[in-house]
Amino acid sequence: MTTPANVTFRIRRYDPASGAPPSWEDVTIPYADGMTVLDGLRTIKEVRLPSLAWRSSCRMGVCGSCGMFINGHPRLACNTQVTELGTDLVTVAPLPNFAIIRDLVPDLRPLFDKHAALMPHIIRDDVQEMYEPTGEYAQTAHELEQFLQFSYCIKCGCCGAACPTVATDPEYSGPMALTQSHRYNADSRDGGFASRKQVLATDNGPWKCHYAGECSRACPKGVDPARAIQLMKRQLVFEYLRLYNQPCPSKVVPKATEVKRRADVPEAPAPTV
Amino acid sequence: MRDQRLWTWHVLAGLVIFVLLGLHMAVMHLDTLLGWFNPEGLKPIAWESVLQRARMGFFTISYIVLLGAALFHGLYGLRNILFELGLGRGAKGLVSVVLALGGAGLFVFGAWAAWTAGALARSL
Repeated sequence: MTTPANVTFRIRRYDPASGAPPSWEDVTIPYADGMTVLDGLRTIKEVRLPSLAWRSSCRMGVCGSCGMFINGHPRLACNTQVTELGTDLVTVAPLPNFAIIRDLVPDLRPLFDKHAALMPHIIRDDVQEMYEPTGEYAQTAHELEQFLQFSYCIKCGCCGAACPTVATDPEYSGPMALTQSHRYNADSRDGGFASRKQVLATDNGPWKCHYAGECSRACPKGVDPARAIQLMKRQLVFEYLRLYNQPCPSKVVPKATEVKRRADVPEAPAPTV
Repeated sequence: MRDQRLWTWHVLAGLVIFVLLGLHMAVMHLDTLLGWFNPEGLKPIAWESVLQRARMGFFTISYIVLLGAALFHGLYGLRNILFELGLGRGAKGLVSVVLALGGAGLFVFGAWAAWTAGALARSL
């Protein structure tokens, strides 16, 4: 697409305090080189709509705050160039499948409640070692690969906004929470599969996934939640058939104090905190 | 853990359907190539061929197993679809009970039909 002179943002507005139903508002602004959808929204807030509300923070696709429904797809506003949309009309709405707090701000509390319920953290018996480590948990490169891509999730909610099951069943745990649960189940340092199973194996668990795959298509970080959910189903089926043995969490190994820094590698800077 | 158990049986029932339906397709549609369980020179749906299969205990058992697997697989899938319509806990329980009783009734009737057909064929 050639660079447009102007871009029209069609923005979903909603203020629950006004009592009015959600509506669309069109604003046309000049295009600037490298403009992202978030840049456009900032310009609009500065010059045209000071009351416009949305969530954003890092502006570089890391924090996961600015998930929005842009031209019919869940995307990060900061990570979406206006030119890549191939049109000079940018439609921006809050992420679907969530209640709207105001304008472009979805209520992500259900997402994070489900996330927390699935215990997305390392669970081990040696609690003392976890809080006051005497060494390191051993992990091979192969073991790391079993969960690494799932750890790139930034909890933006785009997968849940794209999921057809979440759209019809608000009780479904959803792709983000299930993927993060699998991320820890697949971690060789973790021993919490039995605890997580108490939540996973209920009727709101991975069984409800129909493998539409839209979560994986929508993820701005390239995570594949659909794959994680299928792997989780397999793990649970094997566990029921007694064909799955939860591996023992990796052992603590002494810190590599004997390793010498190479002369051509500079010293790490002093800690700032 | 009930859904873990139900899902596992749903998958296993799918495997049973895959094998037994594959056998059915092979018998009925690959007759000129394989000619399994059909008297030579006859079509699979010819009376003599049907009678020969009905007399075999293996087929009677396989019909009953296929019936059970298909009913469980299909009704569990239907239950999952109905649950996604936003039913309350009471309605979900009612759906489960109705589908379980309906499935059990259909299974008993179908199994009786398959067993009786086999017994009748053996008496001819």
